[in-house]
Amino acid sequence: MTTTAAPAATAGEAVATGQDALRAAFDAAVAEDTRIEPRDWMPDAYRATLVRQMAQHAHSEIIGMQPEANWITRAPSLRRKAILMAKVQDEAGHGLYLYSATETLGVGRDELLDKLHAGRQRYSSIFNYPTLTWADVGAIGWLVDGAAITNQVPLCRCSYGPYARAMVRICKEESFHQRQGYELLLALSRGTAAQHAMAQDAVNRWWWPSLMMFGPPDDESAHSAQSMAWKIKRHSNDELRQRFVDICVPQAEVLGLTLPDPDLRWNESRGAHDYGEIDWSEFQEVLRGNGPCNEERINRRRAAHDNGAWVREAATAYAAKHGEAQA
Amino acid sequence: MTAQPQSTPAPPPSGTTSGTAPGSVSVAAPRPVRAAAPAALALGDDALVLAQRLGEWAGNAPVLEEDVALTNIALDLLGQARTLLSLVGDEDELAFGREEHEFRNVQLVERPNGDFAETIARQLFFSVHQELLFTALAAGDSALAPLAAKAVKEVAYHRDHAERWTLRLGDGTEESHRRMQDAVDGLWRYTGELFEPLDGLDVDLAGLRAPWLERVTAVLGRATLEVPQGADRTPWAAGAGRQGVHTEAFGRMLAEMQHLHRAHPGASW
Amino acid sequence: MTGQTSGDWPLWEVFVRSRRGLSHSHAGSLHAPDAEMALRNARDLYTRRAEGVSIWVVPSSAVTASSPDEKDPFFESAADKPYRHPTFYEIPEGVKHL
Repeated sequence: MTTTAAPAATAGEAVATGQDALRAAFDAAVAEDTRIEPRDWMPDAYRATLVRQMAQHAHSEIIGMQPEANWITRAPSLRRKAILMAKVQDEAGHGLYLYSATETLGVGRDELLDKLHAGRQRYSSIFNYPTLTWADVGAIGWLVDGAAITNQVPLCRCSYGPYARAMVRICKEESFHQRQGYELLLALSRGTAAQHAMAQDAVNRWWWPSLMMFGPPDDESAHSAQSMAWKIKRHSNDELRQRFVDICVPQAEVLGLTLPDPDLRWNESRGAHDYGEIDWSEFQEVLRGNGPCNEERINRRRAAHDNGAWVREAATAYAAKHGEAQA
Repeated sequence: MTAQPQSTPAPPPSGTTSGTAPGSVSVAAPRPVRAAAPAALALGDDALVLAQRLGEWAGNAPVLEEDVALTNIALDLLGQARTLLSLVGDEDELAFGREEHEFRNVQLVERPNGDFAETIARQLFFSVHQELLFTALAAGDSALAPLAAKAVKEVAYHRDHAERWTLRLGDGTEESHRRMQDAVDGLWRYTGELFEPLDGLDVDLAGLRAPWLERVTAVLGRATLEVPQGADRTPWAAGAGRQGVHTEAFGRMLAEMQHLHRAHPGASW
Repeated sequence: MTGQTSGDWPLWEVFVRSRRGLSHSHAGSLHAPDAEMALRNARDLYTRRAEGVSIWVVPSSAVTASSPDEKDPFFESAADKPYRHPTFYEIPEGVKHL
């Protein structure tokens, strides 16, 4: 490239001008709601935020398989067994869609899984709670998936194209997840006294952790403001939490179950439900790794990966021997 | 047959079946379901028990893509089981209400998952058999023909999956070769039972043994694996599942599968 | 590939024809040891709900993309040829089938 050689100072200026132009193009794309695509220039912090969020989201899908898979072998009817299997399978699929979205930023799945296994990347804390009864499968579908959907629907319009597209697919597929959970709880609630009690107990245990899924209050959320500006995030934590509470209250009534919050009531002046204080110390504890199942979940995940190493190696060796295309 | 077993659905109008002329298969009504019930129960149990075993893999597969693939297969099998058991009675009563000795599945499908090689060997042996059987059934006019016609496509994919992995494990690394050979050897003695005659089935199961062996031998050969020389059945270990004699592991599997349903008699879910 | 341990599988891009009469479109990516497995994994992952009738898989490393730097020379010339679009032409009212 000798012909384009230029005095150092001029080249530096050119780079600076180029950077400004690129940043301006990026800002304009975000402002105009045209998507940012993988090969576009983007600020390093934007890229890092995306990778962190998509990885955490993917890990949550994968770890999230465990509490529900816990009941596949014990599902009380063949119909429920088929539904639960299909749902847990979807979660593996959703994890794969999201890892695939991170690949567009040059971050491989193996790298992310290594970080997950080493405890250097997080997944949603909700999956560190145990599924103690069959009704928990219903409560997860109704409340946990409900909260997830409330969080995720706005992500379908996220500024990063591959993430937004993965979310469109995921939201479409997840629509059955919440319904099956609700239907499951309804059957229990209207069933025998023992079944009803099982359903109420599950809702009691999952309600507060579900509210925590929206993250810390807006004034304490570390990443919120920047993510909102970049349109990676579209609504604040508290806004989405409120939306979720307002949706759940009438649904609980139809279920014939109560939500475990004595302070929960309609506030006419706000046009929304007031709800009680969330115990953020519990949230922080679980986040720090002291939840009921943190260790179990990650150990199980690691074991599956480690026990499968020889299988993955075998397939690689076979491909090499048989001259298949190597990417 | 004037007294009708309570769990058997009413047969279709009589006089539509026996003596059906060859060539009119597609328009003939299926023979009374009752005749096929013992076979439907046995094949339904095969599918149910294998689906239950594959369900244990969820979240534990060697790679996420296999979590998805194994669940697909489990869901197909569960669907087959539900159709087959519903021909005999209430699917849930049958799945959750029977004791060990009342199950009629072959012992092969109840064998524990073991490592991935054992699961794949079990899949290979069973899916090659199921594909041959369903192909034959689909061509007939029994009450099982419609199910077989649909399931044979699913099963072809299961067989394809098992074959691909048999090749990769057999002809992969030294370790995978050893594990796959061990798995094939270990499960071999459960394969003979697949060809025992089955009441209510108008397919010559013994006649499927030769094509089964031919196909399995071909796959094992391509995978650089040895076809086991040992017996494909032993007096206790294989050949008895169809009579309700099962292995120790089966009792534990059923206990886990049935306990919740049984803890709430009469409840609906 | 450098940096890959022996157990890591390469990345493949997946294209799905959702029904007859439509072209294949990009669905996402996945990992697989070889093309044969990539096809099967794609079938399981991207067509669980009967979303496809045909699948292509391509090693991600085999895709050559236009770089954003080339955006202008690549696409601008197309943008200034409005006469390629039917709305460029004025047709007297009442003329049909045109």
